[in-house]
Amino acid sequence: MAEQPMTRNFEIGGAPHVPPQTTVAKVMLQVLLALVPGVLAYTWFFGPGILVQIGLASVFALAFEYLMLRLRGRPLKPFINDYSAVVTAVLFALCIPPLAPWWVSCIAMLFGIGFAKHLYGGLGQNVFNPAMVAYVVVLISFPQAMTSWLPPTALAEHSLGLADTLATIFTGRVPLEGGWDAITQATPLDLLKTGVETGRMVPEIRNSPIFGDFGGRGWEWIANWFALGGCFLLYRRVISWQVPVAVIGSVLLLSLPFWLADPDSNPFPLQHVFSGGIVLAAFFIATDPVSGCVSDRGRLIFGAGVAIITLVIRRWGGYPDGVAFAVLLMNMAAPLIDRYTRPRMYGE
Amino acid sequence: MTPSPIDEAAHEAGKRIHHFHGGLRLRHNKKISCRDPVERPPLPDLLIVPLLQQAGDIAEALVHTGDRVLKGQPIGQCQPCAAIHSPVSGTVEAIEDRPMSHPSGQSGPCVIIRPDGREEWFKLNPVDDWQTAGADELITQIQRCGIAGLGGAVFPTHTKMRDGRDRHIHTLILNGVECEPYISCDEMLMREQPGKIILGARILRRVLGAERVLIAIEDQMGAVQKALIGCAEFAQSKNISVIKVPTIYPEGGERQLIQVLTGLEVPAGGRPSDLGLVCQNVATAAAVAEAVTQGTPLIERYVTVTGNGISHPRNFLALFGTPISHLVACCGGYNDDVARLVIGGPMMGYPLDTDSAPVVKASNCVLALSRQDIAEPQVEMPCIRCGECARVCPAMLLPQQLQLQIRNGLWKPAQEYGLSACIECGCCDLVCPSHIPLVDWFRYGKGELRKRALENAATELARKRFEEREERLLRLKQERAEKMTRRKQVLKDKTTQQDRIQAAIRRAENKVAQKPDGQDGGTADDT
Amino acid sequence: MLISVLILSALGIVFGLGLGWAALRFKVDSDPVVERIDALLPQTQCGQCGYPGCRPYAEAIAKDEADINQCPPGGEAGIRALADLLGREPKPLNPENGEETAKTVVLIDESRCIGCTLCIQACPVDAIVGAAKLMHTVIRSECTGCNLCLPPCPVDCIDIVAAETSPPRWQRPRPKTARTG
Repeated sequence: MAEQPMTRNFEIGGAPHVPPQTTVAKVMLQVLLALVPGVLAYTWFFGPGILVQIGLASVFALAFEYLMLRLRGRPLKPFINDYSAVVTAVLFALCIPPLAPWWVSCIAMLFGIGFAKHLYGGLGQNVFNPAMVAYVVVLISFPQAMTSWLPPTALAEHSLGLADTLATIFTGRVPLEGGWDAITQATPLDLLKTGVETGRMVPEIRNSPIFGDFGGRGWEWIANWFALGGCFLLYRRVISWQVPVAVIGSVLLLSLPFWLADPDSNPFPLQHVFSGGIVLAAFFIATDPVSGCVSDRGRLIFGAGVAIITLVIRRWGGYPDGVAFAVLLMNMAAPLIDRYTRPRMYGE
Repeated sequence: MTPSPIDEAAHEAGKRIHHFHGGLRLRHNKKISCRDPVERPPLPDLLIVPLLQQAGDIAEALVHTGDRVLKGQPIGQCQPCAAIHSPVSGTVEAIEDRPMSHPSGQSGPCVIIRPDGREEWFKLNPVDDWQTAGADELITQIQRCGIAGLGGAVFPTHTKMRDGRDRHIHTLILNGVECEPYISCDEMLMREQPGKIILGARILRRVLGAERVLIAIEDQMGAVQKALIGCAEFAQSKNISVIKVPTIYPEGGERQLIQVLTGLEVPAGGRPSDLGLVCQNVATAAAVAEAVTQGTPLIERYVTVTGNGISHPRNFLALFGTPISHLVACCGGYNDDVARLVIGGPMMGYPLDTDSAPVVKASNCVLALSRQDIAEPQVEMPCIRCGECARVCPAMLLPQQLQLQIRNGLWKPAQEYGLSACIECGCCDLVCPSHIPLVDWFRYGKGELRKRALENAATELARKRFEEREERLLRLKQERAEKMTRRKQVLKDKTTQQDRIQAAIRRAENKVAQKPDGQDGGTADDT
Repeated sequence: MLISVLILSALGIVFGLGLGWAALRFKVDSDPVVERIDALLPQTQCGQCGYPGCRPYAEAIAKDEADINQCPPGGEAGIRALADLLGREPKPLNPENGEETAKTVVLIDESRCIGCTLCIQACPVDAIVGAAKLMHTVIRSECTGCNLCLPPCPVDCIDIVAAETSPPRWQRPRPKTARTG
């Protein structure tokens, strides 16, 4: 007979007894990582302004995040370290002109982080995409600052170095002869919109050097790099394929008949995809899980909705691009879509 | 009658491998415990046999302190659950509350037996010839031998078989898919005792009147397939096939396995027998074979003792009641960095706070995990609705929304979101980036629903009994009142009768007075 | 001017009639409110509310003779359910009626019982069985824990014990919300 061994006591803990596979911070970090190629391409084509904007927006975002967490009496460490504020900041910075004045970021982040995120209950509770709320607030409030876009450096007569960029952003004055007019130019989408409205033909408008093969020169390449980052997220299963496929697929499908019917006043489908914020939105903005749909079918509908509203605004609306509005409108519809697309359960 | 497409698909079970929704590929970690052949550990000093080893109620002890018991003697009975037998011959030292390997971590009544080492068997009653025995006889034998599902749910086997016999079952599925990491007891059993499993399968098939048996194993179990197909019993049997299924957790779940084999889903709220299928664990089949052919009750099982906290992981054929500390000691003890003791696998197992708890029918695995294996206590973040939980959920639920309903105490929506369909596999928990303890919530929610159902039933009963009592009291009161009035009536009647008699007498006297000659004309009393 | 007044009045009358008709036509036959209140009460029949049972209390609530916070066994949850049903503000339990406690049942100490049947008569749900001069026992699964059998017992042989929570009845605790958000 064996000797009765000593017994031993253990701490208990909940199942599963395996470390979790991921964390919110890791998810957010992967999103940031996926944005790197696009941001680098942006810098390459349009100068260092975007990097300054990202830095500015991140600082303001974290500051407001800190402030709001303090005000709401929430623990700081897990929420500051989850990078969600930084993701909001970067996505916002990618939407505004690279030389936008510094206070634009400040006001935008106040609304994005302070209002759209924390007043709705913080991480995971916000109904609207904070980055898009931030962008739309400043777009509506400061139209001039938000439309001073740069041409690609390759086409620009004067390109600004880092020092000049910083000076422009912080003083609001361009340290060059001619001031703002010397360096800013209409974006391809602006040009297209005003051109079509004044009765010019699309092929004629496209003769302008700021157009590339599909979208705007430079912009189309940035879009490609964003798409690459998006594929990384797809591969890592951070985002699901439904949203990007629905957004881009719907843009292509819906613009095709218009273009076929009247190629002179409607841009061809790929031009739609590669101009403005479609690719960025398809992979990074409309895929925001918190403000989007949960079910697979819901995500398809959500993406298609974003595409349709964007095209409608581009074609008939007052703004050259409508991605941000489209995303916000679909955010509003998301709970309803989720309600009607609840997936079937096992055995049901 | 032409068979419906569902029937056809059910009959096609095993011909094609289908998929189930979600699931995870997990690291297997099984090899470490499969190196040594399975042995019986030496007898421990004391065996602690809990009287609660299965789904159902605590069994009633059939022995008393000081009694001498024989190996295989019934010591606990509980209707309608499976009986409990003494695993050794020896003396009952006590019947007292001890830690008993239950998810609650609570203590409960256990029969403490000091073995005498003589291994004297109680009289066993095998079935003479199972090939001619009737289904009822076999089911009774299974019940008498205390057989319960050894896959982990410990559902009484005779109940399942009785239900199966009454339905039209065409296929018996033996579940050898041990999809949880670390656990290897079924794999070792299939490798070492394939003949017993096949024999058990044939007996169960006879009980059910089924045509075919499918033994499902994981595609990584090459040795198992060889053992099963190579054994003599397999060669003698017809319509038994071994099917390899891809190793995806939780494929060993009954409903998931059925989906993989047939492409069909067991209807919500239904049972596999609705599709003409019955699922049993391979170890249960082996136990049935022993119970029927030798009359041996269920007193021992294969147990995996493994994990990075164990110095030499291996499998044992352990008697129920063997303290876990004893098994661990037979494995060379714990490693220094052992941090948690789990019964079952890392996904669905429950933690024990002491290793003095015994091996019971449900204990397929004793898992000692080291500090690195387990999660640091995680900060729970808010849900970011990433939807990963829904993607991996084999029951196709929306775990995060379900969790929200439970958290807010919305029980009706929780039921609509399929709370009862959750199989508690833990996939959602594992992939959640916010570390929400989803399965803990679901288990709590299910318990709460069960409690509510019981409470509602009790409330209803109390209401009915109260109303019936009120009615009865009222009726009694009325009856009493009626009796009273009747009595009064009778009394009153008596007085009137007296009056009438008096009146008649008076009239008669008057008449007599008027007609002195005595002519009697009005004798008839008009009453 | 006159025409518009007439038109509006006519419209008003027409719609008013329409609404009136609809109210009659689509009238919802709701359960009698007493039934619905009674369904929310715990059916302990303990009388702590001051009424001789749950149904009488439900009737009193329906007639607005009793407040909704007089039922200790129903507790906060019960008051909330009643407030919901009746569209009132929930209020704390009236301490005059007692305190909310965990569910208990009673047990007769059989060695002390003298078989007087007084408890049997007191039990509102007939959960005590026995006969005169014979030992009584409580059907545990049917005892509501009202404790009405305690006062009449002449030998004090009835004890209050906790309702069963041993493993078969064990309930998983609510996960601790270490929640940060």
